[in-house]
Parts: sequence; C-alpha cells; structure tokens
Amino acid sequence: MVEFALPANSKVLPGKSHPAPQGAKRVKVFNIYRYDPDSGANPRLDRFEIDLDDCGPMVLDALLKIKNEVDQTLTFRRSCREGICGSCAMNIDGANTLACLKPIDDIKGEARIYPLPHMPVVKDLVPDLSVPYAQLASIKPWMQTQTPQPPDREVLQSPEDRAKLDGLWECILCFCCQTSCPSYWWNGDRYLGPAVLLQAARWINDSRDEFTGERLDALEDPFRLYRCHTIMNCTSTCPKGLNPAKAIGGIKEKIAQRQF
Amino acid sequence: MTPRARPLSPHLHNYRFPLVALMSISHRITGVALGLGTILLAYWLGSAAYGPAAFNEASGVLGSLPGRVVLFGFSFALFYHLANGIRHLFWDVGLGFELATARRSGVWVIGAAVVLTLGTWALALS
Repeated sequence: MVEFALPANSKVLPGKSHPAPQGAKRVKVFNIYRYDPDSGANPRLDRFEIDLDDCGPMVLDALLKIKNEVDQTLTFRRSCREGICGSCAMNIDGANTLACLKPIDDIKGEARIYPLPHMPVVKDLVPDLSVPYAQLASIKPWMQTQTPQPPDREVLQSPEDRAKLDGLWECILCFCCQTSCPSYWWNGDRYLGPAVLLQAARWINDSRDEFTGERLDALEDPFRLYRCHTIMNCTSTCPKGLNPAKAIGGIKEKIAQRQF
Repeated sequence: MTPRARPLSPHLHNYRFPLVALMSISHRITGVALGLGTILLAYWLGSAAYGPAAFNEASGVLGSLPGRVVLFGFSFALFYHLANGIRHLFWDVGLGFELATARRSGVWVIGAAVVLTLGTWALALS
C-alpha cells in the first residue's frame, strides 16, 4: 500500500554530534542514520566531522574510520571493499549505491548516509533483506532441465547464446535497485522488484534452461511483473551499470510475443 | 520480552529522484488530471445539448481567466501525457531503455508538450 509518511516508530530524530579533531584542515560532515534496537528509542541522525586528509577516498573508508576511531557501535555490512560482494549497499547522498565504490569527493556539501530505503532496519545501516531473498528463491534461480545431461561432457552453449546473458550475470544482488523502486516500496509484498526480475531474465534468456515457459507463466501476473512502470530508478542507481528496466522490458516482450 | 517492531528506513523524503523518475510520476499525475478535466469537457458539451443559454453560461465560465488557466493546464497535461505515452510505446517494443536514451527521450517529450501546448493556444487565441 502507498503510505508516504514514515510510521511513528520510524521518524528520524536529531542525534549526537562528533566534532572533528583539532587541527583538521579538510573537514567533511557525514550525517549517518543510527538505530539501536536495544534502546527502544526512535532512529536518529548522528553527525560526524571527518578529516579527509586522514581518510581513504571512498565512503566506506570514512565509515570504517568512524567505526575504528570515533564510535565503535556504528554498524554496517561490508566485506570485499571492491564492489563485488554487494554487502555495503546503502543510500548515500539520496541514491542507492555501494559505499566502497562511492568516492567521498563526488558528494557535494554534507554527506547523508541512510540504510537502503523502505526496508525494516535491524541496526544502523543494516536492513532486513529476508523478503527480497525469499522473492529471489521464488523465481528458482538455478538451471532447470528435463533432458538428462550427457554423461561425457558439459551442456554446451554457443557464443551467441552466451552473449544473451551479458548484462544479467554480472548482478551481485546488492539490492540497490530493488530498494530504489517506488513501485517496490508500495507493493514490495507482491511485486518481485527489479533485482529479482533481472535474475528471472537471466534464466529465461539462458539457452540451456528448458523451463522458459513455466518461468514466464510464473511471472505473468499483474503484481509480480507488471508493477514495473518503467520509472527506471533501478537503472539510474545500479552501481554495476546494469539495466534492470531493460531486462524487465525483455520479459514483458517475451510474454507478449508468445501470444502470437 | 516482545521484540520492538523494526523501524522502516526513510524512502520518499530521502531519495533524490532523477528526471526519468520524475517524468514517470508526472505521467500518472497528468493522467489523473485528464480524467478530472474530462468532467469539465463533459460539462461544456452537456451545456450545448441543454440549450443556448446554458451553453453561453458554460462558455463564459470556461472563457474567464481562471477557466482559461485550468484549460491551459488541461491542454498541457493532454500533450504531455500523449507524448510520454508514445515514449511508453517505444519501451513496450523494447526500444530506448539505455539510460542516456531515456533521458534524451524525456527531454524531447517535455519539449514536444511545451511546443504543442503553446502552438494550440497561439492558434486558439489568434
């Protein structure tokens, strides 16, 4: 359901302020969303002043610096720090991206860092992603075949057919696109969302998969697929430069074409 | 202890919407405006069926300055919705999904809506 305002327990209140160390020359302000599940208090926005001369270039470097030197309770997911694990997805400067790929210098003025939008917050910048994960499982993101695999070799694929998976297989499931989509905000319980539909397209377009028809059947639904209205926030925000809107358009086209 | 309900992370208030997204919501808003504006159109046509006196009164209401402002908005909504609808038809056949193309086609749609609206009013008032 469309609900523009945040629930009462989710309103963000002013938080603590952590001034820069004395003598800092290049100070950057980071306003960071904080939520402590143990305190019972509403989320708050903490203000951290960071000396950029003593900090790495990416937003993730700043977050790690804050956690190491200013406030050890700051909680966020991170792992690879090179844009391949998808853990540090968050809302930075009003758009979803990976903290490890976002240069601090790209942010004009004070940085605003929030968890991925319209998700239940576990703590600070850590959202609960169980629903998108369950939705991903629902599209059966694995190879389905009826023909037995030849005993002496792999299931082969021509280079042309393999090329049809480009722009799809690279997705790292960070859910930046999923949580950037207003349609997913309002109908996230029934609309599968851009990340999951891009994964669906990845298997629909795979020449080796033999369940294309069943996959399309499962998606032909006013909510699961057709809540996509080509808002294109997904494509605008994808930190890997992929195009979920195009992938979803491709699924709609395939469903339309099989009527003829 | 019952666990406290998790807060919902900020969304609308927080998100910086790109042009392509703003045009999408405008498409819906102009669609609703067109639906409401059609009631106005039906009122005008209905008055013509009712008789010359009613028609003159309705024309007077729509021809007044506030009436013209509403009609101007209605005509812009019509042309914007029309042009953006054509953009949607291209998407429906799988064309124009690249981000740069979508931005460019968006600018074209806004330009077309402005030109068509101003052109129509120039014709109507000349």
